[in-house]
Amino acid sequence: MSAVLSVRGLKKSFGGIVAVDDVSFDVHPGEILGIIGPNGSGKSTLFNCVLGQLSPSGGSVELDGREVTGMRPCDLNRLGVSRTFQLLQVFPELSVRENLILAGQEHRGNMLSRLFGRRDAGLGAEADRMIELFRLGHLAHQKAAGLSYGQQKLLDAAMAFMAGPRLVLLDEPAGGVNPTMLVSLRERLKALNTEQRATFVVIEHNMEFVMALCTRIVVLAEGRIIAEGEPEAVRNDPNVVRAYLGH
Amino acid sequence: MLADILQLFVAGLATGAIYALVAIGFTLLWQTSQTINFAQGEFVMLPAFFVLIAMGFFKLPFWAAVLAGGAVSVLLLGYLFKKLMVDPMIRHGVLPLVIATIGLAILMKESVREFYGADAWPFPPLAAATNVTVFGVSFAVQSLVVLVISIAAVAALQLFLNGTRTGRCMQATAQNPTVARLLGIPVERMILYTFLINAALVVLASILITPIYLAKFTNGELLGLYAFIAAIIGGFNQIRGAIAGGLLLGVVDNFTAVYISSQYRMAVPLVFLIVIILFRPQGLLGRVEERTV
Amino acid sequence: MSRHRGAIGWGALAAACVFLLVAPFLFRPYGVFILATWAVMTIAAIGLNLTLGYAGQISLAQAAFVGIGSYITAYLTTRGWPFWPTYVLGGVSCFAVGWLLGYPALRVQHHYLAFVTLAFNTVIYLVFRNEEWLTGGIYGITNVPRPSVLGFSVAKPIPFYYFCLAHLALVSAATWWLLRSPWGRAFIALRENPIRALSLGVDTRRYTLIAFALGAGLGGISGTLYAPLVQFIDPTPFALGLSLNLLLMVVVGGSGYFFGPFLGAVVAVLLPEWTRFAQNYYLMGYAVLVMLLMVFCPSGLFGFADRLLSASTTRSPAEDGTPAQEAAR
Repeated sequence: MSAVLSVRGLKKSFGGIVAVDDVSFDVHPGEILGIIGPNGSGKSTLFNCVLGQLSPSGGSVELDGREVTGMRPCDLNRLGVSRTFQLLQVFPELSVRENLILAGQEHRGNMLSRLFGRRDAGLGAEADRMIELFRLGHLAHQKAAGLSYGQQKLLDAAMAFMAGPRLVLLDEPAGGVNPTMLVSLRERLKALNTEQRATFVVIEHNMEFVMALCTRIVVLAEGRIIAEGEPEAVRNDPNVVRAYLGH
Repeated sequence: MLADILQLFVAGLATGAIYALVAIGFTLLWQTSQTINFAQGEFVMLPAFFVLIAMGFFKLPFWAAVLAGGAVSVLLLGYLFKKLMVDPMIRHGVLPLVIATIGLAILMKESVREFYGADAWPFPPLAAATNVTVFGVSFAVQSLVVLVISIAAVAALQLFLNGTRTGRCMQATAQNPTVARLLGIPVERMILYTFLINAALVVLASILITPIYLAKFTNGELLGLYAFIAAIIGGFNQIRGAIAGGLLLGVVDNFTAVYISSQYRMAVPLVFLIVIILFRPQGLLGRVEERTV
Repeated sequence: MSRHRGAIGWGALAAACVFLLVAPFLFRPYGVFILATWAVMTIAAIGLNLTLGYAGQISLAQAAFVGIGSYITAYLTTRGWPFWPTYVLGGVSCFAVGWLLGYPALRVQHHYLAFVTLAFNTVIYLVFRNEEWLTGGIYGITNVPRPSVLGFSVAKPIPFYYFCLAHLALVSAATWWLLRSPWGRAFIALRENPIRALSLGVDTRRYTLIAFALGAGLGGISGTLYAPLVQFIDPTPFALGLSLNLLLMVVVGGSGYFFGPFLGAVVAVLLPEWTRFAQNYYLMGYAVLVMLLMVFCPSGLFGFADRLLSASTTRSPAEDGTPAQEAAR
């Protein structure tokens, strides 16, 4: 099957510093790809280049065979690409339910229908379903600002799925989450992966989380890919061990 | 005919050079501390009044008054501006600071009108109002003096920024404060220096332009507008751009006033601005900037 | 406790509405005129609030839009046109001008709109002053008639006040409805976290442009009411000073709060009348107030009130993971 996401020769430099150096990889439909690497290896920069937050200095990004390099994040999102952020980014003044509706509303109808149509843009039921799925039921009408960090993380993840995306890029989803919750988070992500037939790309530091969740792993160090393959193989790869220990 | 054009051109360069000085200061502040100083025009209006007060009230001779007025201005518009306004506010983000500088501009303007007066006072020029003839073309000595002084000031600034260690540290801070901090550069002090430099630049601009505009509390409006537009059309993040923008504006402004319409002179900055934004948003000499996550 | 907060809010609102309805009978004609001015200025401030408080953009051209609306109405009604078409024309043309102005300016990431609007206001003022054939130049347009509503003339001070108040109510209702729609949600997203909004498919550029154009349109509408209010239109009110005044109104009241503009307009329009003895220092004091607010409470007076009232309603967020843990069982 052809790749959902195809990154070819991606480069990003800031002045003299090369953050991403000739990175190429494919993401196959339905898989959960993990991108790991020591701090400063360029993982977040890579994400931001793929997602249009930064414009790459070179290389290309293709979605389903279509060139999307440097496209604006909102346009990319409407093509079915979604993301979560490393630093929590929910909308504090809106309620949980409102946050979810917002996450999906730009995919329904057009500007005019959003002005004159239903207040919830037809997403009320969908939002309620997400709330159920992520066990946020009792918080549905509470302002996002009042949630705990872990709850906000769940909301963040839920928002990424509201628009039924084909490809979801998760930036450190396990960061700061209570260990007991990690298991349920992992299970929810696995469930969404199968149920929505969405493809995931995950950046993560938490090795255990990544090894258990991902079907394939790419290892980045100093902006370059140094290893690629099944979790077990990668874990034992001497290059990988050296890269981590060296830091 | 050619003589007229040359004369206008040089006169335009002279006023343009003054706009450039103000635009440079404005750009520096933006680069190093993300400060958009809407009161920049009023910053240029004020020092002249300090000089007038030093001469009129304290009976100081012109040069002593300039030194005194300049020192007070640098203290007020450089040090105190940073410590009392920018520092407390920068944590709230760019927008509140911009609005606060709008308030500051109003305060400065009204204070001058209230405590000094609403008239337009003459200001001693640096050179006599005579002409000198070069290659058969008559130029105003004042224009040439302004040009020479401005060029000297900019050259001195460039020398400082590129040739001294402190200057290079300032440039690093302007490019990337986070990295600069990691390199051990005292970023806070560097930022303070830019505020002081901006204050010095506006003092110089004030001395140079007030003889032409006369000392009036409304000077800031026009000057501010020209400075902002000069900075933008040159490229918001480039000092060379501010210079280019200022000179260009000065020259075109002069020609427009004479050949097109003196009434719609003020439309020139707007037209320039729209054109640049439409066709070259990074400015004439600017680099394309990105927003990072 | 949040119930108290809600009750205080509704109570204050009800009291204010009652006051506004009976006010004309408590004041002399000049006082009624001031109240009508307040209502008209609030409409312009509501527009600017959309631009600043929701889209986070500084506009220094609101006075120009008020001026455009005023001149359209003044020009046409003194030539026999009825009021209502000029009303629509004023709003629509300012919306269009706002769109044209904002389209290039908002494609760039910095606060370029502030500078573009600054320059625009300056030029429009020049047009008002120089194009005598159109605007009467410095002599202006005199004897602007007051309209009739369904056959009834609202020329007298008190009926005209209610006329302005009715428009304010209309604009408020429309804005309230707008902010409750998905557009309103997008505006809030734009204000709180534009980066996240972008990643969710919200076209921040488009929404910002809409907010600015709507703000301009409301400025125009405010202008169409201003003309019959003062019945003499000349360039002086539409200089940069009014733009700054409107901006400060929104900021002081509390940008981004629905009722912020109402409060801000009170401070800006009514206060100088009540402090005539300190007339000259009024503007300086206003500026100092704004600067202090920006340091201590950038969300303005309403934000300050909000903080006071919610101090008793904040609950400490539960520790990381615990409630969700319980829910997960």
